[in-house]
Amino acid sequence: MNIFGYLGLLLIFPGFLFTAFMGLMVGWVDRKVTARIQYRVGPPWYQNFFDIAKLFFIKETLIPAGVSRALFLGMPALGLAGATLVSTMVLVINASPKTGFIGDLIVIAYLLLIPPIAVMLGGFVSENSLASLGASREMKLMMSYELPFILAMTVPIIKCGYSIKLGEMISAQYVNGPVFASASGVIAFFVMMLCIQAKLGFVPFDMPEAETEIMAGPYIEYSGKALGIFKLQKAMLGFIIPVFMITLFFGGIKDDFSGFMKNIAEFAGILVIMIVIKNTNPRVRIDQAMGFFWKPVTAAAVIAVALAYFGK
Amino acid sequence: MSHKATIPIGPYHPLQEEPEFYKLVVEGERVVDVDVRIGYNHRGIEKISEGKSFDQAIFAVERICGICSGSHPIACVQAIEEIAKVEIPERALFIRSIIQELERLHSHMLWLGLAGHFLGYNTIFMWGWKYREPICDIMETVTGNRQNYGIMKVGGVRRDIEKEHVPYILSRLDEFTKQLDMLKGAILDDPVLHARLKGVGILTKEKAIDYAALGPTARASGVDIDARRDYPYAAYPRVKWNVITQKEGDVFAKTVVRILEMYESVNIIRQCLDKMPQGPIDAKVKDVPPGEGIGQIEAPRGECFHYIKSDGTNSPMRHKIRAPTFMNFATFRETVIGETVSDATIILAAIDPCYCCTERMVVVNSKDRELYKGPDLIKLSQEKTRLIKEKMQRL
Repeated sequence: MNIFGYLGLLLIFPGFLFTAFMGLMVGWVDRKVTARIQYRVGPPWYQNFFDIAKLFFIKETLIPAGVSRALFLGMPALGLAGATLVSTMVLVINASPKTGFIGDLIVIAYLLLIPPIAVMLGGFVSENSLASLGASREMKLMMSYELPFILAMTVPIIKCGYSIKLGEMISAQYVNGPVFASASGVIAFFVMMLCIQAKLGFVPFDMPEAETEIMAGPYIEYSGKALGIFKLQKAMLGFIIPVFMITLFFGGIKDDFSGFMKNIAEFAGILVIMIVIKNTNPRVRIDQAMGFFWKPVTAAAVIAVALAYFGK
Repeated sequence: MSHKATIPIGPYHPLQEEPEFYKLVVEGERVVDVDVRIGYNHRGIEKISEGKSFDQAIFAVERICGICSGSHPIACVQAIEEIAKVEIPERALFIRSIIQELERLHSHMLWLGLAGHFLGYNTIFMWGWKYREPICDIMETVTGNRQNYGIMKVGGVRRDIEKEHVPYILSRLDEFTKQLDMLKGAILDDPVLHARLKGVGILTKEKAIDYAALGPTARASGVDIDARRDYPYAAYPRVKWNVITQKEGDVFAKTVVRILEMYESVNIIRQCLDKMPQGPIDAKVKDVPPGEGIGQIEAPRGECFHYIKSDGTNSPMRHKIRAPTFMNFATFRETVIGETVSDATIILAAIDPCYCCTERMVVVNSKDRELYKGPDLIKLSQEKTRLIKEKMQRL
């Protein structure tokens, strides 16, 4: 494949454009379902596209006086680059499991860390007390959910014959059935469910940007295109992380019709769990979140790993 | 080494529905000091009222606050009635109690929704405000308005509750009670809410008395006060009800007090509708003699106090208003310091602050010498504009 082929994969399909489109649609489903739960009508399907277009084409991008311009504007770009790479890797490997390389799972785990780090650094460089508070919360939250997240990821690794190549894991699940069909798989799945709730910044783990406390935290100084890029990055993660979970626990995206329908059902299931958790909980305090992830959730993840080791 | 930073909450902040300013001094996430500034919205209602006739003054005070638009008029008419020494017809007293309790219901429901919103629990926000609708509908049926009821009048009330409206009111109240049961279960049995609210922002009984806290804020700290029982007015002595108190003094206790008070309010309204005698609703007061009068009533947020002095003309000579939030918000120093920023926001919201009621300004009396005259103020303003212009040009 030539350079244009790779660029096409990265920027158009299944990379940036496709994931962004799907992410904004997922965002709409979230908004619509939330609205119906709360006796509201909810926005039309194109609302999120309008929101992003408004930030990109109408709103001015303001840069606070005295901050490093390169760092301030570089952070959204870094986050978006991370999200685009993750989405391209996950979707390309899903389409053809032969591609990829040994250890690509670890690369994906690292790349998934880049967007939150970008948000955090963006908050720190904007020299606003509310943004620094939000950024420090983002940092604490990241440190608390990352351990159970990796532990939960270990379960599919063990189940798929100690492979850290995503393509091989998909093939292994094709032969042996999905990881979710085992006890350890179920526990790991729900542990990861909680972790991605925090990774995506949904209630009850939205304290980095808690609107009624610190007014959007790290994003407070961002406006226009820079804010639009952050929003887009978040939307992309909202699509690609559930797909990544489907890959790990349900054997990836199938190419036959019934398999694909199942994939859609799995995706919808993950989305529904996320939305229900989001709408039936208040925001917790950062220390409570850390305690929660480090104690019960990590313990559950360790149990899942042990069960997986003994073949359960 | 300690590093202190200032977290501003306000003057314009998503937490507040009105402009007010809290300066939180924090070390990391912990609040070490708090300063409150109000007065962004001062409208001079007391002075406006002094320029109106007694009948118009009631409409003026009704517009102090959109949520307490039943409480301020009751306090005001009671103050005027004390001067005029009029006997209010029984039926009017019952109608006043019904209006007050309906107002308490919708105010507490509104607070519950907002508290949910401040915790990021938007479902409670939307549900609470949806479930408030039956009460607003009843208000519209009884008074003609969803807010700013315009029903209080010196000597009685302006509108009667029609006989054919009573079944409708009762059925909407049933609907409300069912929804309240559901919301009560969702709030009081939620372990995450327990974790967020219990033991947070504790106001001890002694401190509540020291700060002279009022209403649900005081009752949640175990101070057994309620103007409806302590200074009987309207139809409250004629019905059976309980004053709800809790011992803990934290945000959760304040929530419990408000939720249980809603049940008492429904109870009071039912009894009032049942016991309400037939008869006139207006004592037809002709004029107000010189004298002083006070009105003390229990607004949803606590005791609301009106003082009126009359010199025999048709308008108040002095009208002094003290809304409950004015007493309650000083307790922030006791409750917020030592908590985290996340908790500070819900503690600030837990007294159900209403700043438009509280706004006031201070007149500095420097030995009867005028500090500024009109032209001086204009000069000051021009000076400031000039400075800003210079600064703009420099940039």
